Amino acid sequence: MKLVEQFQYGLDAPICLTWELTYACNLSCVHCLSSSGRRDPRELSTVECKAVVDELERMQVFYVNIGGGEPTVRPDFWELVDYATDHHVGVKFSTNGIKITPERARRLAAGDYVDVQISLDGATAEVNDAVRGPGSYAIALRAMENLAAAGFAGFKVSVVVTRQNAGQLDDFLAIADRYGAQLRLTRLRPSGRGADVWDELHPTAAQQRALYDWLLDHGERVLTGDSFFHLAAYGEALPGLNLCGAGRVVCLIDPVGDVYACPFAIHDEFLAGNVRGDGGFARVWRSSELFADLRSPQTGGACTSCSAYDSCRGGCMAAKFFTGLPLDGPDPECVKGHGERLLSTVDEKPRSAPDHSHRRTRGPVPVTIGMRRPDRACDESPLAGLGR
Amino acid sequence: MSTEDTFDLDTAWGLTAQVSVRPERFGALLYHFGTRRLSFLKSPVLLEVLTGLAGAPTARDACTRAGVAAAELPAYRTALASLAASDMIRERS
Amino acid sequence: MADNPTTEQPTEEVVEELLVEEVSIDGMCGVY
Repeated sequence: MKLVEQFQYGLDAPICLTWELTYACNLSCVHCLSSSGRRDPRELSTVECKAVVDELERMQVFYVNIGGGEPTVRPDFWELVDYATDHHVGVKFSTNGIKITPERARRLAAGDYVDVQISLDGATAEVNDAVRGPGSYAIALRAMENLAAAGFAGFKVSVVVTRQNAGQLDDFLAIADRYGAQLRLTRLRPSGRGADVWDELHPTAAQQRALYDWLLDHGERVLTGDSFFHLAAYGEALPGLNLCGAGRVVCLIDPVGDVYACPFAIHDEFLAGNVRGDGGFARVWRSSELFADLRSPQTGGACTSCSAYDSCRGGCMAAKFFTGLPLDGPDPECVKGHGERLLSTVDEKPRSAPDHSHRRTRGPVPVTIGMRRPDRACDESPLAGLGR
Repeated sequence: MSTEDTFDLDTAWGLTAQVSVRPERFGALLYHFGTRRLSFLKSPVLLEVLTGLAGAPTARDACTRAGVAAAELPAYRTALASLAASDMIRERS
Repeated sequence: MADNPTTEQPTEEVVEELLVEEVSIDGMCGVY
């Protein structure tokens, strides 16, 4: 039986999962999938986080990918990482590099079971900082230098592929090689603040094809987190499970303990429960209605008649959801163009409600109609007198 | 995945200490904390072989005890060879 | 080293299905 058949119906415990530790962040990346910036007052305490680790250990979740926001700004971050690795849960944490000092890098290099992933979205400061903010390129490179100098081989440099950086793939590889790191390329999703910039930033069809060819050329050397499984429709599948793992083999635990199908789907529609509830995380993973639904046979819907469906499996649920497309239809970046055609018919797109952006990063669209009192004081309609 | 023709069924084997074994309905998941490799065992019988390795004088013996028929042995040998190649199992001294 | 589960198998003879497959811990969609 193929792997995909084994996994799509779900497992008794995740294989690994993403754990966003905080919504606080020192940056304000324009495409942030978790709309991070400001800490949420309801974030899990140190004690609560350790209780989650205890559960993960009992369930034999092998690995957590810790992120945020910027996870290292939590004062208890290093304590929690140690606690996880002491309790048989491997850790990789994703960071913009702000706290990776030479001393910290040495301690990381000396230990086991902790992997580090530095985020970078441009091979040059110009391209990177346009998305991640002024100075962010320098911060990332400095962290890489510190890790390399400390002898930490094989840390990850993780890039979200965009229209602006799609031509820099060889340069990204060179950067990773320079610091003894492994390159990771992942897919931009229209999630969080990503929804605001997706139209301008997502790769063109031509770039997507070129990316696919480049990934095939670079085989196992470049990781992808299986995020390009929709490209399997071009022909040969890339390494990985080649299926959507959300709610089946992976999920997200967010800073306030909410459990979502995946970090790209932070929305009520994909909220499975909360770890603070009775039965904790285990109960949510095993018994939530949402996950039971995701683990039942999925209909291809409009895609079933397509010859590529077996390979692409309809693509990314989050990408469809946040571009307003139906979940039982093509991915917005369907390589055959079925999604793009459908996009023109969309009039309403969902918005991820938890928005922890720094104020002024993301605000209401400036209103240009005048604020006028209605002509008659008893007129209830705010539009009265505006002559529309 | 290369087949190790030199895999010795007639010596003692055991699970590497850094490996976590998680039984599943289809067999098991194996995760090596040192190499960070993840293996997927597609046979509950193979899982039984694995757990029996440490207590058996030879790998062949562990296979027999787990109910592996002679005709199936080559497939199990291949499987054990790949587990050895990824350091999931090691020879016992 | 990860086996690609969707690669076509050769059709000349009946190929015994491998009992062990490797997947990269990074090979799961829905994780950072």
